[in-house]
Amino acid sequence: MRMALLSFLLILLVAASAGAGVRPEEILDDPALEARARALGQQLRCLVCQNQSIDDSDAPLAADLRRIVREQLVAGKSEEEIKAYLVARYGDFILLKPPVKPATWGLWIGPFLLLGLGGVLAFVYLRRSRRGATTEDSELSEEERSRLAALLGEDAEGARMPTSSSSP
Amino acid sequence: MAAEREELQSHEQRRGAVWLYLLPVAIFAVVALALAWGLSRDASVLPSALLDKPVPEFELPPIPGRDNHGFSRQDLGGRPMLVNVWASWCVPCRAEHPLVTRLAREGFPVHGINYKDRPEDARAWLAELGDPYTYIGSDRDGRVAIEWGVYGVPETFVVDARGVIVFKQVGQLTPRVIEEKILPLLRELERR
Repeated sequence: MRMALLSFLLILLVAASAGAGVRPEEILDDPALEARARALGQQLRCLVCQNQSIDDSDAPLAADLRRIVREQLVAGKSEEEIKAYLVARYGDFILLKPPVKPATWGLWIGPFLLLGLGGVLAFVYLRRSRRGATTEDSELSEEERSRLAALLGEDAEGARMPTSSSSP
Repeated sequence: MAAEREELQSHEQRRGAVWLYLLPVAIFAVVALALAWGLSRDASVLPSALLDKPVPEFELPPIPGRDNHGFSRQDLGGRPMLVNVWASWCVPCRAEHPLVTRLAREGFPVHGINYKDRPEDARAWLAELGDPYTYIGSDRDGRVAIEWGVYGVPETFVVDARGVIVFKQVGQLTPRVIEEKILPLLRELERR
């Protein structure tokens, strides 16, 4: 009895939080099946409104699809079988989460590839700018080196002169 | 020596600069092409999952008072045909009705799936606008339309002689679609 009450409250909670489009008369008597129907309904796209799940949509087609989902669940079909049935008629588009297959690899892997590319570029940029600050700029050409040596030599001599003259 | 080196350096810099100038232009071109492609197509029109697949198994009762035949899988095949999903409450269906009639006059059988409609409304609609359909099935609860992957009315399918769906028009038929796609396709299928 307490279990039944608890599951009833749970169903109410689920009904309140999700599936704004699901109408009371559609709800199955079996709470476990209804919960599965809700879980599945949240993954299926309403083809009329296109950015809502069939559970969230008030469109008549969404109601038809919810009914099909429930009929097939009652008939003992698995979630995968029901999805396959709908995909055969409406294509992958009916799944809010696209399946991973060669045609959708770009979709799934693309963001990580871009992130990786950005990381590599950032790494190269940072390393180059750090090296630029320490080594590249301090590298002198032959000419500059000889000029520097000459200047330093002059300086060194100039600096030594007084001491050498003051020494006895 | 110094001048030579300077010249070489500035040349290298200039080459790098040209590359940098071209980079934004290239990025712009890529983005522009992607947007042109994305904005010029209607993303709400879905490709049919049933294209190049045999028509689904289905059997529909007739609209009471029109005839006693109904419309089923057995009526399709043998030669290219059209299947038009319509309803009396659907405004674009009314708008495309002359074009459906024209396709029937061209000599191609046009069948109808009357979607979620009351028989009396459907009969009145046909009486008012004319009835170009060979067979019409009454799909009152829309279940057969789901078998066909229909997600709105009107939709029009071209079915070849083998009973395979070869073309689908989502939404209203237009003279252009008929001239450029449907009629050439039907004529080609007829020649095969």
